[in-house]
Amino acid sequence: MQLENMYQEIILDHYRNPHGRGLREPFEAEVHHVNPTCGDEVTLRVHLDGDTIADVSYEGMGCSISQASVSAMYDLVIGKTVPQALETGEHFMTLMQAKGDPAVAEKLEDELEDAVAFAGVSKYPARIKCALMSWMALKDASARAWGGSTR
Amino acid sequence: MTVTVSRPVGAQQAPLPLDVEAIRADFPILSRTVRDGKRLVYLDSGATSQKPRSVLDAERWFYENVNAAPHRGAHQLAEEATAAYEAARAAIGAFIGAPEQEIVFTRNTTEAINLVAYALSNAATAKEPEFRTYAVGQGDEIVVTEMEHHANLVPWQQLCERTGATLRWLGLTDDGRLDLSDLTTVINERTKLVAVTQQSNILGTINPLGEITARAHEVGALVLVDGAQSVPHQPVDVTQLGADFLVFSGHKMLGPTGVGVLWGRYDVLDKLPPFLTGGSMIEVVRMERSTFAAPPQRFEAGVPMTAQVIGLAAAVEYLEALGMENVEAHEKAITGYALEKLAEIPGVTVVGPPDTVARGGAVSFTVEGIHPHDVGQVLDDLGIAVRVGHHCAWPVVRRYGVPATTRATFYVHTGYDDIDALADGILAAQKFFGTV
Repeated sequence: MQLENMYQEIILDHYRNPHGRGLREPFEAEVHHVNPTCGDEVTLRVHLDGDTIADVSYEGMGCSISQASVSAMYDLVIGKTVPQALETGEHFMTLMQAKGDPAVAEKLEDELEDAVAFAGVSKYPARIKCALMSWMALKDASARAWGGSTR
Repeated sequence: MTVTVSRPVGAQQAPLPLDVEAIRADFPILSRTVRDGKRLVYLDSGATSQKPRSVLDAERWFYENVNAAPHRGAHQLAEEATAAYEAARAAIGAFIGAPEQEIVFTRNTTEAINLVAYALSNAATAKEPEFRTYAVGQGDEIVVTEMEHHANLVPWQQLCERTGATLRWLGLTDDGRLDLSDLTTVINERTKLVAVTQQSNILGTINPLGEITARAHEVGALVLVDGAQSVPHQPVDVTQLGADFLVFSGHKMLGPTGVGVLWGRYDVLDKLPPFLTGGSMIEVVRMERSTFAAPPQRFEAGVPMTAQVIGLAAAVEYLEALGMENVEAHEKAITGYALEKLAEIPGVTVVGPPDTVARGGAVSFTVEGIHPHDVGQVLDDLGIAVRVGHHCAWPVVRRYGVPATTRATFYVHTGYDDIDALADGILAAQKFFGTV
């Protein structure tokens, strides 16, 4: 069975017990992203403390991959500066484009922590967008919150 | 004294109207395997159907023996291509009880609907008075239903935006039917066109078109029937339909992609201005302006999808050999079996009519605690192809309060074994995600 490659236990854990879920105050930007091919949705807020991401709060509906991805992302980006978080997002994108190449996953393991478990998803083109939706929302929201003031 | 007769095991597996094994042998793709050697269980015909060898052969025959642009040139190949193209038009027309001059080839159902929608807005500015007959403008109303595929909703929203007309719609009942309680107010003297699906691509519901067309014609409105999910699966005869337009796609009825059909009553088509303009749809062209050919040529600008039309005629021939009554009966039996099997699985809810009364073979369902994408992924791992998501009918899933559904759709090669595989697959998904 190939399923276990995609649905790593870490992913299922995040899906069943999502970290940081729920919309919270305060926040500087809120975005709503949808995946028009499947109807998955996420509403995501970013709260900055200077350049640092102090909180990411979210609500959404979607498959296990999309819901686990936002939970794993929450763990990764809190406490990072916006540029650091965006760079991590780029690396997650690289992982999603790796077509399951274990070498790519190995290289990114330290930085992506739990999120490296999504390596198996990259073998299923139809599901990559599920894993990426929350990262796209974060990129959008943090750009708005940051307002380009320090760029 | 009461006698209890228990139902014998397997009693529901009455012989099917179609010989599934023989039919499967006609479809080359059904002999391939997927996901590490698993038999392909194809339950996604509602998205696109697989093609029998005779359709593939027909396209190859055309390219190898006849290929030329029809209705252009006078060489032998051009003559033969024109003859083959027009013979296909006649055969496809006969399949739905229509004369050939009422059959317009389009790219697909979507384009056929856009053709009508754009013709109705083009009508407002047409120079030719007869082309203004069906013009839509401010104060006019277009009526759709809440169960339409996006293809039969968005073009009408856009028509209203272009013209200032108002979009209205018939809602849905909790059991997946059209709510006709306000039929006479929604369809009224201001209504210019009613667009309605004959069979819902997500709920499977077969709509009572008679009531709708009767009311529409009472107020002088045109009726467009979306037959994308009905023409492939049940006998459809335009002389009995009571509609002014019927649209359907070749690729959902065993034919090639890239060809669809707009049927229109000739006297209506004749008064519509063109949608796409260019080569071969003209009568006379001068630098200042042009006049247009009679239907159907008026609506077929450019070199048509000739090989695909030939392929669609082969598909029609294949379906006619099976008999559309048999196709319908077969799918009814399969649908009944599927509904029964799904009802036996705790946590599974069918979105749409729960029995086979006025219902076709699109079975959408949810599995408690498992998102449809994840259900689909487990099924895919077992070689079972279904569709997941909103099925291009987003308002429908919203109406029934679910984010998406898993949808199984059936066709002539679907057997009881496919349904058994689906049911086992759902159980496997429940086990995998630990919801049971």
